[in-house]
Amino acid sequence: MIAVELSGTGKCYDRRWAVRDVSLNLAAGERLALLGHNGAGKTTLMKLILGLIRPDQGHIRIFGEIPGQGTRTGKTAIGFLPENVSFHDAMTGHETLRFYARLKRRPVRECNTLLERVGLADAAGRRVATYSKGMRQRLGLAQALLGNPRLLLLDEPTTGLDPALRQSFYDILGDLAGQGTAVLLSSHLLTELEERTDRAAVMHQGRLLAIGSLAELRHQVGLAVEFHLTLADGAAANVTDRFSGFSPRPAGDNRLGLSCRPEDKMTVLRGIGALGTAIRDVELVEPGLNAVYGALTGGPMTVMVAP
Amino acid sequence: MNALCTIAGKEIRDGLRNRWAVTATLVLAGLSLALAFLGSAPTGHVGVPPLAVTVVSLASLTVFLVPLIALILSYDALIGEVERGTMLLLLTYPVRRWQIVAGKFLGHGVLLGLATIIGYGVAGLAIALLSPPETRDNWLAFVTLIATSVALGIAFLALGYLVSSGVREHATAAGIAVGLWLFLVLLFDMGLLGVLAATEGRGLAPALFRWILMLDPTDIFRLINLASFTDVRNYSGMAGLPALAQIPISTLVLGLLAWIGLPLSLTMAIFTRRPL
Repeated sequence: MIAVELSGTGKCYDRRWAVRDVSLNLAAGERLALLGHNGAGKTTLMKLILGLIRPDQGHIRIFGEIPGQGTRTGKTAIGFLPENVSFHDAMTGHETLRFYARLKRRPVRECNTLLERVGLADAAGRRVATYSKGMRQRLGLAQALLGNPRLLLLDEPTTGLDPALRQSFYDILGDLAGQGTAVLLSSHLLTELEERTDRAAVMHQGRLLAIGSLAELRHQVGLAVEFHLTLADGAAANVTDRFSGFSPRPAGDNRLGLSCRPEDKMTVLRGIGALGTAIRDVELVEPGLNAVYGALTGGPMTVMVAP
Repeated sequence: MNALCTIAGKEIRDGLRNRWAVTATLVLAGLSLALAFLGSAPTGHVGVPPLAVTVVSLASLTVFLVPLIALILSYDALIGEVERGTMLLLLTYPVRRWQIVAGKFLGHGVLLGLATIIGYGVAGLAIALLSPPETRDNWLAFVTLIATSVALGIAFLALGYLVSSGVREHATAAGIAVGLWLFLVLLFDMGLLGVLAATEGRGLAPALFRWILMLDPTDIFRLINLASFTDVRNYSGMAGLPALAQIPISTLVLGLLAWIGLPLSLTMAIFTRRPL
């Protein structure tokens, strides 16, 4: 089942396109990471999906409906955690969650379960003003999880969380995706998204540059695969000669670096095998989301292989 | 309706918890008690003056203080939540925008109403216990004073919401609110007096003058309280007024209600169309 369907969607503010020509589908049970610099259009995209703003171009369907068009069920099925979530300082954590539960017409007992789940059970009776950034973030997640939403939108959800909390945060997302909840999250922390999401969408200046699994994105970008070889004594000249087509470069004592296009990876590996004992060790480095992202957006420099 | 009550309830709880309501009540109670017991000092005797004198004093207090309290309470009500980001989250819930405005307005209205009723009620109670019996008519004037004070407060609450719905930041809203208070509470009457003085009272036809008075909620409030009850009218120096501005009380009450209804409807219309 398709949770979110965008086709050619765009939003224009004062003659500047915040989002333009974005088409993507998000299936039930899928976790999609939204990547982009500040101002790339991630938050605008989320607002469009939430129905807070209307598209100036293309269309959007959430579970087959136009977002923000009346139906209670549409909004009840969505959970949202805004960037830098804030609450009313005078209320306690439990009161805050109870307020949102009432608005979503959920039973109050659900609040205790959720506070337990995000690890705020002990702090539930304290005023939100005394909460740390991480605790507010967890309270924000708890309100987003009210009523077991079928679609979860999380804007920079892990900022302010320490590694242990981040771990439990992604565990919760994993459970939800397993139950069929579609998750769309944006983040700057690319490395942690690699293992935690199914697909990534890269946005830049309002446009969707690429979308797919990490392997698909790597392939699309054509980023170099790096090899770090440790050679037997005296084998350097032979090996360098053998891999002359893969930009060999010495890297200290008996060490050699190679890079190749993704499709040549097996050729290089077979070559390494054929050289037998001349090579004592090999380390293979695939480009991470960071490198893919950099290559797509023209951000951080990356090594491109000449065709 | 459910969502509206939830939002109103949260607003009331907030107001009680940050002691805003308590402060406003204490200020109103303190000042009204002071006026009730010392209000006749200028006339030369100390002691509890006739209730009608207290009504006149409290009416002046209301005109200055209640609009100020209402505007302080409301100028930030919508724009503040937009700026803090709590509005964005609230709008993703199954709540309509008019329900958010109505719910918050209801909550603030209850807080302001309670502060006024308790604040002035304390003075009324003290007078009832300590002074000789008053006529039914004068007590009716006192009850009318409390009711119209609440109504005037709610009218300025609605004006504050209107300001809050249109601006881009809360500092602008604060500035406009101060300007609104100055204009409606002080400058409007001054300007009107100036016109009357300059033209020796002949510049404005009586019919026109009546309608001009309806353009300021504080004037409607004054007319209801100071000109509708015989004793109060005599003490407030409004005895000669009827010749100039005879407006039926029902029209005045409708006018005051319009000063609540129009800004509130406008607020909802603006806030519903407001982009985020």
